[in-house]
Amino acid sequence: MTRSAPVPEAPLIRVEGLFKSYATPAGPFPVLKDVNLTIESGEYVAVMGHSGSGKSTFMNILGCLDRPTAGQYALDGQRVAQLAKDQLAHLRGRTIGFVFQGFNLLPRMNLEDNVALPLVYCGIGKEERRRRSREILEKVGLGSYAKSLPNRISGGQQQRVAIARALVNRPRLILADEPTGNLDSHTGEEIMALFGQLNAAGITIVLVTHEPDIAAHARRQVRFLDGRILSDQIIRPRLC
Amino acid sequence: MLKAMLEEAWQAMGANRLRTFLTMLGMVIGVGAVVLMISVGQGARYAVNQTISTMGSNLFILGSGPSVSGGVKGSTLFTLKMADAEAIEELDHVEVVAPYHHPAPAQVQFGANNWKSSVVPTVPGYLDCRVWNTVAGRPFSDSDVRSATTVALLGWTVAQKLFGDMDPVDKIIRIQGVAFTVLGVLAPKGQSLDGRDQDDTLVIPLTTYQRKLFGESFRGSVQLMMVKAASSEAMPGVEKSIAALLRQRHRLREGVADDFSIRNLTAVAESAAETTRIMSLLLGAIASISLLVGGIGIMNIMLVSVTERTREIGIRLAIGAREQDILLQFLLEAIIISVAGCCIGVVLGIGGALLTNALTGTAIIISGSSLLVSFLVAAGVGVFFGYYPARKAARLDPIESLRYQ
Repeated sequence: MTRSAPVPEAPLIRVEGLFKSYATPAGPFPVLKDVNLTIESGEYVAVMGHSGSGKSTFMNILGCLDRPTAGQYALDGQRVAQLAKDQLAHLRGRTIGFVFQGFNLLPRMNLEDNVALPLVYCGIGKEERRRRSREILEKVGLGSYAKSLPNRISGGQQQRVAIARALVNRPRLILADEPTGNLDSHTGEEIMALFGQLNAAGITIVLVTHEPDIAAHARRQVRFLDGRILSDQIIRPRLC
Repeated sequence: MLKAMLEEAWQAMGANRLRTFLTMLGMVIGVGAVVLMISVGQGARYAVNQTISTMGSNLFILGSGPSVSGGVKGSTLFTLKMADAEAIEELDHVEVVAPYHHPAPAQVQFGANNWKSSVVPTVPGYLDCRVWNTVAGRPFSDSDVRSATTVALLGWTVAQKLFGDMDPVDKIIRIQGVAFTVLGVLAPKGQSLDGRDQDDTLVIPLTTYQRKLFGESFRGSVQLMMVKAASSEAMPGVEKSIAALLRQRHRLREGVADDFSIRNLTAVAESAAETTRIMSLLLGAIASISLLVGGIGIMNIMLVSVTERTREIGIRLAIGAREQDILLQFLLEAIIISVAGCCIGVVLGIGGALLTNALTGTAIIISGSSLLVSFLVAAGVGVFFGYYPARKAARLDPIESLRYQ
């Protein structure tokens, strides 16, 4: 599996007529109803909405963790519905970087190993893993903590490590699900500044949040309501 | 990648050392028990087979008098005659017939050395039946029997006790005060099935016993006969024809009980061998159960581990792990635990077997092939019982496992 060369015309994300419903004892429960969205490479999008509006489900589908019930989703020109499980894992490992609300670091591993974990699944050798993981940790300002365990550092620092892990495989897309939800506003601002730098460096960012302050860092805001897109507005022009 | 996974598995096991140790202990005990039981069982079989091979094969023992004693027979004469022996020898599939008497206790003397042993009065064919060779000197001949010469063959133990390092051949010894010339020394045979020293004996001509030791004339009747059949397949037929022949020669009418007994020695030996075989099989089976329990222990802990680490699995899936990566990771942990358990178990099993040998003198056999088999079986048990939890882990839904608290 080689990464398909980015075609300039093809958008990074193209979603058409997306439906998702969950099976419940009372019959299928629709969560997403006919969602259409196109995100170009280099965009910085905030996905907003109340809880239950379908934004998290939408993110899971974008992240290839979940499959839609109906509709098309093409990531980087590839139709995700047609891919096998291993190919989805490949996309999650190399094209996408995830940042979660709860950081989701592995508690038993030191920061360096946590950051290097995605590289293990790409079959990259130990020395190379260590080198790249150190480099990224330096970049997020935590180089001196490389050998510490996650529970020895603060929440904001943990989220930086999580971002470092998302970046280590040089993804084109970062999906962040409420990345500042567990942080105080000051630390949250720091994390958002980091996202701003990443976007400036050309990485596409899609961010789920319900906080308008956080969403204000993005260049485009998409609002969900009851499984549909309510509004889609560009608040600042793209950098590139 | 495998190396990285091994490191991770090591780390995961190290994170909960007590649990890893206890899980491993199940395997250790299981493998240790299997190795120990196989060693002891094989040792017992070896010992029995060794004894059987010294006994001689395809043998019958004919005894004078009824098989089941009626308690009324007053005759001191034995019912089996030398002439019977000659007649039996004529039968088909009979190779050797050797009349003999029960070993009689006797005081043996050489110079100042005294030894209490037993004397077997018989004919040269007896040694053929029992596949018993001389290691020094020569056996006596039929003419020795005819002329009742005072010659003796010494069992290994007797030769050792009387002569030590000296060569006993052609020396004069005294049995119950009567002078005998030592013709030769018999090869050592070791213990019999009932644990007697088969080498603590002397073999002398049948006639000599009666005339020289008892001062009676030989009346042509004997207590026992050893009969060697040509093959084990021929044994049932030979047994029937001997019985028919003896009934006819002893003029026993229909309905009158036999005045002799026939015992199939090979059958006795076979049943002894069979008993040991079943015993070692049973020991192995019991030990295998503990191995199975060890395997279930691994499965149990792995299932707990998978549940505990659901969130971790979700994270790994989200950052690019494939199902097979997760499967391999958990399988590796199970394999490491079982293989490490196996190694320790094999060592403990060997140690236990050696200890058994040292403490009780029981024969043990530690064979490389049985070690290899127990090792492979145990490692297989680890893979088998590790696979289900590992597959369960690999099939977890990424979203649900990420939400798992």
